[in-house]
Amino acid sequence: MKLLCIACDEPMKLVESQGPTEGSVALTFGCPRCGQRTALLTNPGETQLVRSLGVQIGGREGAPPPLEMVRSTLARQSAPHSVEEAPGVEGAGPEWTDEALKRLEGAPPFVRPMVKKAVERFARLQGCRQITGEVVEQARNAWDAPGGGPPPGMGHSHDGD
Amino acid sequence: MTKSYQEIVGDGGSDILGQVTQQVALLRSRMDRVRHKVAICGGKGGVGKSFVTSNLALALASRGHEVGVLDADLNGASTARMLGVGGETLRVAPEGAQPAVAAMDIRVVSMDLLLPQGYVPLSWQGPPTHQFVWRGTMEASAMREFLADIDWGELDMLLLDMPPGAEHLTDLSDLLPELAGIVAVTIPSAAAQPVVGRCVARAVELKLPVLGVVENMAGYLCPSCGSKSHPFGMEGAGRDLASHFGVPFLGGIPFDPAAATATDEGSPFVVEQPDSPVAAAFRGLAAKVWEAMEGGRL
Repeated sequence: MKLLCIACDEPMKLVESQGPTEGSVALTFGCPRCGQRTALLTNPGETQLVRSLGVQIGGREGAPPPLEMVRSTLARQSAPHSVEEAPGVEGAGPEWTDEALKRLEGAPPFVRPMVKKAVERFARLQGCRQITGEVVEQARNAWDAPGGGPPPGMGHSHDGD
Repeated sequence: MTKSYQEIVGDGGSDILGQVTQQVALLRSRMDRVRHKVAICGGKGGVGKSFVTSNLALALASRGHEVGVLDADLNGASTARMLGVGGETLRVAPEGAQPAVAAMDIRVVSMDLLLPQGYVPLSWQGPPTHQFVWRGTMEASAMREFLADIDWGELDMLLLDMPPGAEHLTDLSDLLPELAGIVAVTIPSAAAQPVVGRCVARAVELKLPVLGVVENMAGYLCPSCGSKSHPFGMEGAGRDLASHFGVPFLGGIPFDPAAATATDEGSPFVVEQPDSPVAAAFRGLAAKVWEAMEGGRL
């Protein structure tokens, strides 16, 4: 899909990508000539179709981690308990912003280390080098998805589906 | 008059085409290290594709070949268990996920290794309704990742244990255009033959080499006296099918309860019981498949 500014007959460029939030990705495109902006909002089905191709809207820096699509979208999987990551992968943890750490404090203290690890795992799968408040929110939304298997203290369980 | 789709270069910033190109390049570089890729299929459930795949892998490995097995039956994965690595998990390293390693150094990847233990069906996160719209794409992408993101290393042969349904061959031939061929598995049952035949026909349509037909459950070997009976129907279905399509008949595998039990338990029967008729049948099958690869027939 390509967006065109009709007034300028100029292809629009992606300015910002947000989400997925509640299954929707918000993409903002801008015309490099007149500055006109347009937002494209995907429905959950469209978001899922793109996700199932193993590509990222908004582009990607570097190669994706191994089995990214499978590991980030299986509703129920042996991870994080038994899909082990080699030390080299685990050690290269993403950096937390102050805002993200503040959000983490919202989780009960006894599950906080587990939640922190789960968010870091989510961030790595998404190719994020920095964990912002938005990444924490995205992780939470992913766990809130049906069958998403949230860590205790964040989101709701859907194990019964 | 505004610009057309074709006149606009790029997609505005996501570079989806570039990402897909990168996926294909990774798949190619990984598969370039695998000498031969062979799909074991039958189109029909219950003919023993996984049994044949597992024991053929062991027979090939016992000839000294480096063998990998990819359980392409994502929703009915059983090969990991049959090769004795059912309880294991994949390790993820920067260079790729490490496959489970079974007897004879066979490298195994199956959805089983990612799902929790127990009666847990394969399910994906996503919108709860209209899953039929995207589930097929998700499964095809999972197959792509299993081929491209697993650190298979150098292999002489990668066996793909295909799910029931001839349509999966179409997806596989898109992912692996260099697929060396298929081995079709049938059983004496008259009900199985047309289904397996449709699978072979699909392979022919796709111009995939058909290495031959194997007849599984070709007679029952009595565990007490060793005599052979035919509770599954008279032998010949495999030979008939091979003759119909003008492809080699690769042999029959008799049903031996001891082999079935050992395979269900993940014990390498063909290696541990080399004198058994089943082990001999698999050695013969391995020799024919290898010969088809290396003997210039292809």
